[in-house]
Amino acid sequence: MKNIIVVGNGMVGYKFCEKFVAKSASKDFKITVFGEEPRPAYDRVHLSEFFENQDAKALEMAPAEWYADNGIELIVDERVTDIHRSTKKITTVKDREFSYDYLVLATGSSAFVPPIKGVEKEGVFVYRTIEDLEGMLAYADKLKKEKPNAKAAVLGGGLLGLEAGKAAMDMGLEPHIVEFASKLMPRQLDLRSSQVLQLKLESIGLNIHLSKATNQILGDKAITGMEFGEDDVLDVDMLIISAGIRPRDELGKTCGLEMGVRGGIVVDNKMQTSDENIYAIGEIALYNQMIYGLVAPGYDMAGVAVDQILGEVEALMPDEIDMSTKLKLIGVDVASFGEPFMPASKGHSIIFENKTQYLYKRINVSLDGKSLLGGILVGDASDYNMLHQVYLNGMAIPEDPSQLILPASEGGSSFGSVLDLPDTAQVCSCESISKGDICCSITEDDCNNLGDVIEKTKATTGCGGCKPMVVDLVNETLKSLGKEVKETICEHFSFSRQELYDLIKINKVADYEETLNLFGDGHGCEICKPLVASIFATITMETPNRQPVIQDTNDRFLANIQRNGTYSVVPRIAGGEITPDKLIVIGEVAKKYDLYTKVTGGQRIDLFGAQLHQLPLIWKELIDAGFESGHAYGKSLRTVKSCVGSTWCRYGMHESVTFAIDIENRYRGLRSPHKLKGGVSGCIRECAEARGKDFGLIAVDGGWNLYVCGNGGATPKHAVLLAEKLDDETVVKYLDRFLMYYIRTAGPLVRTAPWLDKLEGGIEYLKQVVIEDSLGIAEELEQEMQGLVNRYECEWKQAIENPEMMKRFKHFVNSDDTDDNLVFVPMRDQKMPKAWS
Amino acid sequence: MQEDILKQYETVTEGNVKEWFEVGKVSDFPENSGACIKHKTKQIAVYNFTRTGKWYASQNLCPHKMEMVLSLGMIGDKDGVPKVACPMHKKNFSLEDGSNLAGEDLKIATYPVKIEAGNVYIGFSD
Ligand code: SRM
Ligand SMILES: Cc1cc2nc3c(=O)[nH]c(=O)nc-3n(C[C@H](O)[C@H](O)[C@H](O)COP(=O)(O)OP(=O)(O)OC[C@H]3O[C@@H](n4cnc5c(N)ncnc54)[C@H](O)[C@@H]3O)c2cc1C
Ligand code: SF4
Ligand code: FES
Repeated sequence: MKNIIVVGNGMVGYKFCEKFVAKSASKDFKITVFGEEPRPAYDRVHLSEFFENQDAKALEMAPAEWYADNGIELIVDERVTDIHRSTKKITTVKDREFSYDYLVLATGSSAFVPPIKGVEKEGVFVYRTIEDLEGMLAYADKLKKEKPNAKAAVLGGGLLGLEAGKAAMDMGLEPHIVEFASKLMPRQLDLRSSQVLQLKLESIGLNIHLSKATNQILGDKAITGMEFGEDDVLDVDMLIISAGIRPRDELGKTCGLEMGVRGGIVVDNKMQTSDENIYAIGEIALYNQMIYGLVAPGYDMAGVAVDQILGEVEALMPDEIDMSTKLKLIGVDVASFGEPFMPASKGHSIIFENKTQYLYKRINVSLDGKSLLGGILVGDASDYNMLHQVYLNGMAIPEDPSQLILPASEGGSSFGSVLDLPDTAQVCSCESISKGDICCSITEDDCNNLGDVIEKTKATTGCGGCKPMVVDLVNETLKSLGKEVKETICEHFSFSRQELYDLIKINKVADYEETLNLFGDGHGCEICKPLVASIFATITMETPNRQPVIQDTNDRFLANIQRNGTYSVVPRIAGGEITPDKLIVIGEVAKKYDLYTKVTGGQRIDLFGAQLHQLPLIWKELIDAGFESGHAYGKSLRTVKSCVGSTWCRYGMHESVTFAIDIENRYRGLRSPHKLKGGVSGCIRECAEARGKDFGLIAVDGGWNLYVCGNGGATPKHAVLLAEKLDDETVVKYLDRFLMYYIRTAGPLVRTAPWLDKLEGGIEYLKQVVIEDSLGIAEELEQEMQGLVNRYECEWKQAIENPEMMKRFKHFVNSDDTDDNLVFVPMRDQKMPKAWS
Repeated sequence: MQEDILKQYETVTEGNVKEWFEVGKVSDFPENSGACIKHKTKQIAVYNFTRTGKWYASQNLCPHKMEMVLSLGMIGDKDGVPKVACPMHKKNFSLEDGSNLAGEDLKIATYPVKIEAGNVYIGFSD
């Protein structure tokens, strides 16, 4: 039995263990791992997610039991302090001694803190460990209590700095990025792309300060500002330093291993240091005179060290390491690959820039125009995976390479099928999974769907950036085998939503239990129940009152559940128009039940903090005053937003409010695969943001232009033109057909925009179906919709008038008590739920 | 305070029941659904699997964000194991042993249920 000691239980140290125990020869070794941090290795790449949920467990690479289960001794919270090479022993901070046959150094790096006067002040942080984040959160909390508009700066505008900037923003602080260079992400971006990125980041509220050298951190005990020049000061209350990394190489220094001039432990392509029994991997290893600050090369190094120790001497680190990156900043795509900046002597650059849309794309092409050398994408990196593969594999590019980056014209992409990639193409670089590995797991092994493939290969489990490509590969491979690629609903129904919709309709099934008995297996779940409920609703317009227990919790109680288990109440205010009398009623009801009141982003009013038993009482008062449900809780029509239009506005061309109200009332209560929103603007100034909706109308000379399939949210899409200059009646006709066609054919929880994306033939095909009736179903669609419209009934009215239905609005079955765990705290003259921790 | 609330929930098995507490008639509980009952300071979610004729009970508190909501979640099964999906973030818990079905560390306490003469009883050990 030989002993391996791993120093450092970070991402790479963990990967070493994982790869080691996967080999059968590992039986002859005992591994002991030392980690200085108080917990087992976690996913540093996704560290920022800790801000969202403060769930350290969710970031774990593997639970503590995993090590024991695999015969590995894990000792956390104990730093290794010395290496005694002559006796092959190490000592730890607790003065314990351990012997090794092989030593693997995976001590990673720490954040580099530049020697600026005052960096030791309170409120200055680095961004590297969970403890750093906990410190920041606590400090930000304290700041916000003392100061409503506290500011936080990030020193460093690189990849990590921008992520830290986003984190500062999420913590509710005014975010500032301070960068020494004249551009953002200086290692990845050229000046123009940096400018485009800057505009975009500023538009979402990040303040950017370039070309700033910080002389001093101001403040007595705690930081109050940063001084750049004499009269150049930025007031800030917190600072996050993200100015690069420094390898944790102190162990190497003291035991006399060969070191780099600027730090790092020198390794060869076997990952061996100058001592043949000592290996170094990850961010501590200086390979090719470089520290690679990314996990993918670190994982490769771990694999090489495993093989070398087990005697597979031909496993070597490649000479060239790909440093392409795609940033996962929410809402902003940034990617850079290959040679992003290229001197004109080596090739030609093709640049596409559109600042109005915050888009910048650059590709560098060889002088003969035949191969792709690198590039930069800002604003839209959806083609990154494909471009990156073309670059890595030296694949042929179109005769006119500009097609690779020009916005896709109708008809779609200029890339071939993913199956054209060579088998060796590395698709998941974090886990080194090639296209061949993925396809083989289906063709050779018995993987049958995406889940199987991920479980088998571990592809996508690192940064996740390769997911779209893996999905495509799996689907294409399955198709090429003649296997059906079925988007089945869940383990209980092996049908697609559309198939089940047809089955239920043709067989006139009306109950969930019956549906499950006839077409499904098992006892159902939270995925198929609401889906089947939605199908019933779109066939017969039944409300959630008839089968409440198969509804999503929101639909079941006809209200949106809030973070503390209370509910919100949103009455319909069609088109956003409301009389003063009705406004007074809402005010009075809110006051009586002490509800937090807010104007929503959908032109209506939301009353928050109602308890279950209060819902019917509140709704009774609202209904008596002429209100009805706003269906804010359902996957259903929400609002049709309006602008004031020709009745008041000096530019208005048609009566947009009237039309918005008519349309909202026509489709109110309509259930659909996802929520539906509309908008009506009185002229092209578009104050109702109609093109950000599932359907939008814009008044023009001669009628309405009808746009479809837009949305806001996480992936905003502008709606596209379906038809021009329509009269009111034709608008309704086309809308009936469009909506009903979507409802029939979309997958569960697929909104109109992604539905259109997937629709073969795209908008042109949709035009044929809706306008030219190419499928011959237009009349049927209109009749179905009219049937649903005729059967509309306010479900809240239905519920409060029926004692049996009312039973569900009670917290306890065996007591009239109410939930005594609810605690509210005051906020700006109203109230909010008390945060739990 | 939140630790105290969580601490009062510990799994009870039929073997260590000290009191069978009557919580209502079978007809008070919606079919194929959960509902909440109160016992002293505890909130217990009771699940009526009419489809299989089985009953389960667990703490009403979701250990994820400490919300009193599990009785409002949808019930069903995963690979045959009866489960509840928390309405907040859809974490799935086994109603047989309270474990989280995604393998996470979260766990809920479960309680035995018995039906006698149309009445529903939950077993407590305190
Ligand atoms: C209340 C409100 C925020 C506000 O205070 O203004 C709101 C609140 C919620 N939104 Fe919203 N959205 C609200 C307007 C919007 C808007 C603005 C708009 O409608 O013009 C958008 C962007 C437009 C759009 O939908 O395309 C919006 C995009 C979303 C999304 C992203 C949808 C997407 O396709 O990407 C979600 C998530 C989802 O539905 O899956 C969401 C989900 C939610 C949920 C339901 C989250 C949840 O499950 O709890 C929130 C419910 C709160 C509640 O209990 O009432 N909300 N949400 C707004 C209610 C409008 C209304 O009167 O009904
Ligand atoms: C916020 C953030 C975002 C990132 N995003 C990305 C990204 O998107 N893509 C990407 O590729 N990379 C990203 N990285 C970089 C990536 O996390 C690192 O490349 C990777 O973690 C390096 O792994 P490692 O094991 O070498 O070092 P580490 O993960 O730093 O692990 C080293 C461990 O060794 C311990 N240690 C040090 N000395 C001793 C000692 N003497 N005794 C015992 N233990 C010791 C340390 O405490 C630490 O736990 C990001 C990093 C951060 C901080
Ligand atoms: S954006 Fe919408 S979903 Fe997100 S917190 Fe605000 S209201 Fe909730
Ligand atoms: S509170 Fe239950 S899953 Fe989040």
